[in-house]
Amino acid sequence: MNRSEIQSLIEEKFPNSLIVNENLQGNQIEIDGQFWKDIATFLKNDPKLLFDQLECITGIDTGDDGPLQSRYNLHSMELRHKIEVIISLDRDNPSVESIEQIWRIGDWFERETYDMFGIVYEGHRDLRRILCPDDWEGWPLRKDYELQETYHGIMVPKVKEEEGWE
Amino acid sequence: MTIDFIINQFTEIIGNFPVAAFLVACASVGGLLFVLMALNAMVAVYVERKVSAFMMDRLGPMGQGPGLHAGKWGILQTFADAIKLLIKEDTIPKSADQILFKVAPFIIFIGAIIGLSALPFSSSIQAVDLNVGVFYIIAAGSIGVIGIVMAGWASNNKWSLYGAMRSAAQIISYEIPAGLSIIVPIMMSGTMNLQNLIEYQSGSIFGIFPNWIMFQNPFAFLAFFIFFISAVAETNRTPFDIPEAESELVAGWMTEYSGFRWAVFFLSEYANMFVVSGLAVAGFMGGWLSPIPGFLNSPVLGLFWFFGKVSFLIFVMMWFRWTFPRLRVDQLMYVCWKVFIPIAMLNIFGVGIWKLIFG
Amino acid sequence: MGVIQGDQMVLNIGPQHPSTHGVLRLEVMTDGEIVSKITPHLGYLHRCFEKHSENVTYEQVIPYTDRCDYLASMNSNFGYVVAMEELMDIKVCERVEYVRVIMAELNRIASHLLGVGAYGLDVGAFTPFVHMLRDRERILDIFEYTCGARLLYNYMWVGGVSHDLPKDFKKICFKFLDYFEPKIDEYNQLLTYNKIFVERTADVGVLPADVAISYGVSGTNLRASGVKWDVRKEEPYSIYDRFDFDIPIGEAKFGTLGDCFDRYWVRILEMKESIKIVRQALKEIPEGDIFETMPKKIRPPKGSIYRRTESPRGDLGYYIESDGSPVPTRVKMRSPAFTALSCLDEISQGWMMSDVLCILGSLDIVLGEIDR
Repeated sequence: MNRSEIQSLIEEKFPNSLIVNENLQGNQIEIDGQFWKDIATFLKNDPKLLFDQLECITGIDTGDDGPLQSRYNLHSMELRHKIEVIISLDRDNPSVESIEQIWRIGDWFERETYDMFGIVYEGHRDLRRILCPDDWEGWPLRKDYELQETYHGIMVPKVKEEEGWE
Repeated sequence: MTIDFIINQFTEIIGNFPVAAFLVACASVGGLLFVLMALNAMVAVYVERKVSAFMMDRLGPMGQGPGLHAGKWGILQTFADAIKLLIKEDTIPKSADQILFKVAPFIIFIGAIIGLSALPFSSSIQAVDLNVGVFYIIAAGSIGVIGIVMAGWASNNKWSLYGAMRSAAQIISYEIPAGLSIIVPIMMSGTMNLQNLIEYQSGSIFGIFPNWIMFQNPFAFLAFFIFFISAVAETNRTPFDIPEAESELVAGWMTEYSGFRWAVFFLSEYANMFVVSGLAVAGFMGGWLSPIPGFLNSPVLGLFWFFGKVSFLIFVMMWFRWTFPRLRVDQLMYVCWKVFIPIAMLNIFGVGIWKLIFG
Repeated sequence: MGVIQGDQMVLNIGPQHPSTHGVLRLEVMTDGEIVSKITPHLGYLHRCFEKHSENVTYEQVIPYTDRCDYLASMNSNFGYVVAMEELMDIKVCERVEYVRVIMAELNRIASHLLGVGAYGLDVGAFTPFVHMLRDRERILDIFEYTCGARLLYNYMWVGGVSHDLPKDFKKICFKFLDYFEPKIDEYNQLLTYNKIFVERTADVGVLPADVAISYGVSGTNLRASGVKWDVRKEEPYSIYDRFDFDIPIGEAKFGTLGDCFDRYWVRILEMKESIKIVRQALKEIPEGDIFETMPKKIRPPKGSIYRRTESPRGDLGYYIESDGSPVPTRVKMRSPAFTALSCLDEISQGWMMSDVLCILGSLDIVLGEIDR
């Protein structure tokens, strides 16, 4: 099943949930974040879709004052088709429903994206940092990230443009 | 050459001072046994290194050159190790129980070494010729577990505690099949004295085979294997090394030990191997008797046969260690309680019947 | 009759522990020996791969991918260059494709050798580990002969490879394969069919297929649960569709489908398949110029790509977002070991302490890749 068919199935079930975006390519679709959990449940359970595998969650900072994005690569082991779902989130208050209980791996992927971008996954039962230490400040992969100066009394080295390491 | 012999000599030469004579005899024999143990550990560690290396398709210690550079074929490797362990810092965790922590290695070592005093190295060389030698060695072997539990508890470390608990459970369990199996030679020979037990095994079967207990009847043969495997378990060697399983418990009850205290553990492990192998040899494999019946038997050659047989059994233990994976705790207990103990019980029964029928 | 329950104890396994395969900390709740909950704590080896990638050019990302999965660097490189070439729409020349496949498969063998050997170590068998390291060494020698590096190769570049194969590579490689193939049977005799090993691994840590898929477990671990899924077959990249090879799946040889033994056994079988692929590739490899299709400037068009490849640990995915500049906006690595580790808690509950490390070993994780 290709992207447009999947798109029409979603449109049919959840009207006005899809966001039209001309920059989308391949098998990407963009949806409105508020429908996400229902759509995710639908994508997983609908007999025509059966997306049983969540391959990857990627957080992306579109830069400047653009939104943060949470991207989900889904794949169906059963039907062997795939889709990429994009959800744009407000930069100041990025939050989206958690799909941790739908695909179990969502647990760690969401924790990782939270760790790196500060995207809050609502309904996640254990949303903690996963790769950085628990008391790390800031969201490292955001474009406007600024390093903290010291961490537990240790100087955090900074990269300076063209000069290399300080 | 027993303690009594030395006491007699002393009395003859110097006069009748029973306490002094006894002390001198004990000190000299004890010193000799200690030297024997140290040498045993030295040689066994070197052999273990080499055996493991050859099994793993590598060379092992091969350092050559003057001084402490491990000698030709790495012969001096163990000496270098020993010196390294002696000059290492002796660290004791701050929150450890200081006294127990310090005492534990020596209890384990005492448990390992006192068993030696009853081992018959040859028809005339034995520290003490006890009339309950078998019983004594088995009893001495279980002292070590007190030290192990002490070490595990005193270290104040969860890994150590795990190791100690596992070890206690394992050693106490495996003493039962070992004890039940050693009853078989006692039943057949009718004595607990190790010298008499060995003398019972002299002679031959059909004129060719040595008349060792393990060859005398099928039950005894089985008993030997149960005894030997239980002995391996009692010494905490692979595949029964769960108390110190390095991939699970880091180093088990030895985790917090370093330097000389750790070396003492090491020494007692090899001493233990020697004692249990010695008991197996005396009980089942004809002790200091030559493997060719009635040939080359003399007190001095007996020494050679005894050490040869013990070395073979120690080699088999090393062979086990470098070939087998490790059992899990419950599997270990399963093997002991549901396999070995019933078979060992049946063995006793079988030997009884055998004795009734064939005399 | 109720269940006897003692006090729960928290046990920290790691970060310094002999069998956590790197620096992983497991916070284990135990009741005596029985494990009731495991909380993995990651990040001890976090080297900011993704942040670094946003500050260097596309070709400079490749050495970083080496360091992620340091036991299968070729496969990490491979995944990245495949994704890049798809993003840039480059068709690389035939010889390069063959060279890459040969290298990736040899590295798969090397990685499985260490995975399987270290697994033996986890259950207490030392000797097979050393035997396997000995044979892995020969593969590393081949790599060293080809590109000069033994562990971190930086060998595959976008559009090509860094060095052409040496002249007598074919001979050396065939010699190695002839030497290595019978060795697998030797390992089987030494470790696989050992009664104690089977007792320790069969029926332990069963990972059912649906749980595995839900946890995103992939590669050998997923195949061991009986799912016939291999990216090399299902979404063929490079030239994998040309080779004749099987996908070994778990067959419940001694226990339940998806137990530790199956995971181990699939790795052993996969080595044989890799040998098959290398043999075919060596026979068919054409002559050619490896730098022919290498682009002068790496500047992919605006857009994004998610591409996954089959690394020895599973589906290794790269998400690359480009804004048209020579520096990537975002490089995300979907690490197979990361997903495999996430199911550890689920499959090891109720097992004993020793089994937890046995299960952990059977998942064949590499911490460099989990923490990135």
